[in-house]
Amino acid sequence: MRKPRIAVHKFSSCDGCQLGILNLEDELLDLVGAVEIAYFLEATSKIQPGPYDVSLVEGSVSTPHELKRIKDIRKESGMLITIGTCATAGGIQALRNFTEPGQLAESVYDHPDYLDYLDLATPVSQHVKVDLEIWGCPVNKYQLLEAIIALLQQRKPNLPSHSVCLDCKRNSTVCVMVARGIPCVGPVTRTGCGALCPANGRGCYGCFGPAPQADLDAMIPLLNAVEEYPGQTVHLLRNFAGYAPDFRKAVDVMLEESSKK
Amino acid sequence: MSKQTLEVGATIIISKPELNNLLKNLSDLDYELAGPQVKDHTVVLGPIESLAELPKGYTSQEEPGKYTLISTGKENYFDVTSGPQTWKKYFFPPRTQLMIFQQDPDKSPTWSMVSPVEELRRYALIGVRPCDLAGIQIQDKIFLADNNCDPIYRDRREGAFILAVNCTEPCGTCFCTSMGTGPKAEEGFDLALTEGKDHFLIEIGSEVGINILLDLDWKAADVKHQKAAEAALQAAREKINLNLPQPDNLETELLSNLEHPQWDDVAGRCLSCGSCTQVCPTCFCWDSTDKTLLPGDKIIRYRSWDSCFNPDYSYVSHGNTRPNTRSRYRQWLTHKFASWYEQYGSSGCVGCGRCITWCPGEINHLEEIAAIREGEPS
Repeated sequence: MRKPRIAVHKFSSCDGCQLGILNLEDELLDLVGAVEIAYFLEATSKIQPGPYDVSLVEGSVSTPHELKRIKDIRKESGMLITIGTCATAGGIQALRNFTEPGQLAESVYDHPDYLDYLDLATPVSQHVKVDLEIWGCPVNKYQLLEAIIALLQQRKPNLPSHSVCLDCKRNSTVCVMVARGIPCVGPVTRTGCGALCPANGRGCYGCFGPAPQADLDAMIPLLNAVEEYPGQTVHLLRNFAGYAPDFRKAVDVMLEESSKK
Repeated sequence: MSKQTLEVGATIIISKPELNNLLKNLSDLDYELAGPQVKDHTVVLGPIESLAELPKGYTSQEEPGKYTLISTGKENYFDVTSGPQTWKKYFFPPRTQLMIFQQDPDKSPTWSMVSPVEELRRYALIGVRPCDLAGIQIQDKIFLADNNCDPIYRDRREGAFILAVNCTEPCGTCFCTSMGTGPKAEEGFDLALTEGKDHFLIEIGSEVGINILLDLDWKAADVKHQKAAEAALQAAREKINLNLPQPDNLETELLSNLEHPQWDDVAGRCLSCGSCTQVCPTCFCWDSTDKTLLPGDKIIRYRSWDSCFNPDYSYVSHGNTRPNTRSRYRQWLTHKFASWYEQYGSSGCVGCGRCITWCPGEINHLEEIAAIREGEPS
């Protein structure tokens, strides 16, 4: 059987999710034995042209060039998987969507006129069909591996979507919100990280994005009640996954309500 | 009348430091000791060796969604009730391997299936509260059923030693008195202890319990000590504020109110996070997942705690049988307090109060029950 050809593409991002693949130290040799890495600039300068059986896409679509490129990649990919919260929900780059991008560029760059960017930094799914989305900032490398193995075995990947709370309890991690009054977005956040932040005594800040059952209307009053400074709830939700629709809409409603007061 | 010999049903007293020798006797018999200890701003269950690790001088203030550990400065080891963890993690581990599938390299595509070999662990559970003891007995019915016995649970449970501790300082979300499970342990323990000011009163519950006491410096409990312990337990009963009247009636009262508007109301406050089910000593739902390893010749099947609040849990072909928080909350509450009777012959609730304290949504489930059991508002 021919090995599947895999490509790893970078868009606007920090490279952290791609590094997740290279960080699969114990599994990497088995992985490259099972698939053909055809395009992966972070790992090799040897570039093979498409088409690819699977394209893993990291980063958000933030420039006109990226907008064209994602469409080209879609055409030459059998399956397209977004890896990480940037590609899946806009990520860090999408924070500029809540500001005036022109002013932001001027405050950062001496010559912002050299920049060529889209008005909004957006998730890949806004432009092309995405077959599978893997959340996280960065992704959990084992979720990435599970997705690739599932593809090889032609089955649905096991990527659970329950809240972070369930993992805290399985790990015997004490609830930081109940025991310490620390604001934690875990109850409305998708699992996947292994509940890392609460295990280290801090609240979850939602980098895996909203869980499918997330009820922000129920969550926000609880977060507001334990804010460590005014506006912390907005900052928590408008964060790594702040452009994800559930978090975005919840904050929009909050800000609208507070502007009425 | 005090008995002068060590026998099942007898009550003795030992000094507080003498409990160290009791714990040592258990260690010498190769029990792994597990007990309460202060950690992460609460009390958790973990390995202990001596009295020094126990939460001496603490109590807790608990209300829906809030837990505060309070230092009392007292010399009591067992004034603080259970934290978020339950003893079920020792018998029904949060994650465990069920099976390993291995492809035979010589006879591909033949696969062999083996059970993971696990070293048999004998736990001595130190400080099991009466409500939690009732929780263990309920899980026994589930996992040790004659026709459906779980070998992982059985192997860990059968050899376990239980030192129960009666409650003299209940917390704000306790309601064991409503459920008939406390504050005094009645059965199912090897030894049951009531803490006094400078001694422990110990009731002997089993022959194994006797063996642990043989070389200790003990004396028979006199009437004075027994009366003091009973007075402390009576005071505890009176301190319990939460009340669930007539829980036996809930089977009909909840199941005949499945369309009550309160279900919608609580669904607007419930986060569907599943915390209540995970801290519950009787909740037993689990999920099994296969982890396939590269290059593809080995699969490990895991079992892990799951929750009826997890949408994935009720996802079946063609969709989700419980697609929203209302249906999931209703499932949990009616199972725990109503349909459990038909399934296992008792309520599924032992009144420990963890589901109230550890609900980040600050829901007092007893208030929900009170609203629903009254029937449709006119």
